[in-house]
Amino acid sequence: MMMQEVLKNEEQAMLRLRALYRRYGYAQYKMSKFEEYDLYARNKNFLSSEYIATFNEPGGRLMALKPDVTLSIVRNTRGSAGTCKYFYNENVYRLSAHRQELKERMQAGLEYIGELDVFAMGEVIFLALKSLETISDRYLLDVSHLGFVSGLLESLGLDGEAQGKMLRCISEKNAPEIEKLCASLGVSRENCERLMTLASLYGKWEDVRETMLSLCVGEKMRSAVAELEAILKTVRALGGTDALYLDFSTVNDMKYYNGIVFQGYVDGLPTCILSGGQYDPLLKQFGREGGAIGFAVYLDLLERFHTPERDYDVDVLIRYDDATEPAVLAGHVRRITAAGESVRATREPEENVKYRRLLSLEGGRVKEADDA
Amino acid sequence: MLNIALPKGRLGDRVYDIFESVGFGCPAIREGGRKLVFENEENGVRFFWVKPSDVAIYVERGAADIGVAGKDILLEYQPDVYELLDLGVGKCRMCVAAPKGFRDDTDRTLRVATKFSRIARTHYLERSREIDVIGLNGSIELAPILGLSDVIVDIVETGTTLRENNLEVIETICPISARLIANKASYKFRHDAISTLCRKIAEEGSLSDD
Repeated sequence: MMMQEVLKNEEQAMLRLRALYRRYGYAQYKMSKFEEYDLYARNKNFLSSEYIATFNEPGGRLMALKPDVTLSIVRNTRGSAGTCKYFYNENVYRLSAHRQELKERMQAGLEYIGELDVFAMGEVIFLALKSLETISDRYLLDVSHLGFVSGLLESLGLDGEAQGKMLRCISEKNAPEIEKLCASLGVSRENCERLMTLASLYGKWEDVRETMLSLCVGEKMRSAVAELEAILKTVRALGGTDALYLDFSTVNDMKYYNGIVFQGYVDGLPTCILSGGQYDPLLKQFGREGGAIGFAVYLDLLERFHTPERDYDVDVLIRYDDATEPAVLAGHVRRITAAGESVRATREPEENVKYRRLLSLEGGRVKEADDA
Repeated sequence: MLNIALPKGRLGDRVYDIFESVGFGCPAIREGGRKLVFENEENGVRFFWVKPSDVAIYVERGAADIGVAGKDILLEYQPDVYELLDLGVGKCRMCVAAPKGFRDDTDRTLRVATKFSRIARTHYLERSREIDVIGLNGSIELAPILGLSDVIVDIVETGTTLRENNLEVIETICPISARLIANKASYKFRHDAISTLCRKIAEEGSLSDD
């Protein structure tokens, strides 16, 4: 039996990701399933959902099931000097989007914390691309830069509430709604066109570069474009594929991220399987200098991804009777497994087990052998 | 193959006409009957009819690449999808309605009967008004008549049902119309097909009720 048959999709992906991250000098970070509740309560702004599952330790301390890994890594490494390069494979506990049920979700991820330069960002994006490649050969990574989006929004002088509404429309690529919103907020036609173009823009760097430059108002947007260009050049120099698309509707969370953000998709899964970006604000929260960038891969989504339905539970089913010598039966089992087939020996008839071949032993003799 | 979820009923029929007028038709669909799935291999589309309130679920989970859903459903369920076009059909309003001559006693919690509890909550939250949402699944107009609620939040098209039950609109929350939505991953992997379709509908498709 091949390894691929034994390991589930998500387990195979994890093994390949582990090898990938080690090859680029990232070390595995292992942590506890739970942390003190205080950590999350103090940093709620940085969590994707308000809800945290908690329980009391016998000593009375209030503990929480980890809703997030990055927060723990940043907290636990805040004393260490220099650059931290870690990857992890952990379960997190979050509410499902609609049903509001607590779910255990298997995540892998990677964090770079320290002096952030173009190479470091390029390498992380490159590893995000490679991570997707380990899952499927039909994949793509959408990249956005929040400096580009917020540069435009800030130039309009909107208040917080209006900005929030506009961001939501951008994330929905909702050009009709942007037009209505602009009209109600008194945004000029020219700027309205800019916003609609920004939301709808989708394509590879070469195809959208000109449009991006034409959208630029102010230094913030121009430096975002320059940074994107430098990073993408690095990704290419590392050997990254061109499955990289610019999409400014990828806004993720503006409170959490500040620069480049990205989301990865594989064909056949309806939602993004990889999500990440630059998150300097979280470091500041812990009083740490420098920058940080990282991403998470939602491995639990792979459970139903291209998994072929299995026709059989077992290759050979051996049914034996009381008169069959154990050693004779053992001989058959040994012969079959040695030939690379799986076998299940049973005395009782089992209705629910699906098998490829049946071997009936009566008094140690093969009575019938047939193909199911 | 582009999978398209259409809302069963009158709105779906009109929306299908739009798809057909821009060359994404599937003639078999006109034959009627109880079939739910219709395929046209020539232009690579597969249509299926689903309950209007379920379209967003099919699209969000990727069983359909694109679909057509009312803005009411999108506001209520907030599915994680792209909202690409306002098709300009199925126009109506989301309204607050009350018995004729209703006086709002701002001293008390307002009891609101509705199918759209999120829309109702958001609407009154913006006004910092304390409300008690009573979730119903149909015949909403009955609630204020029987004293179950003070007002209702519901879709109003012509207002006939309201009038016949001695109710009137006291506030319009927002206009509603049918929107073209797309699954986020499908939008990327079938970008050419979806953006061509959108462009054609925006340019040629009839986008009005007239």
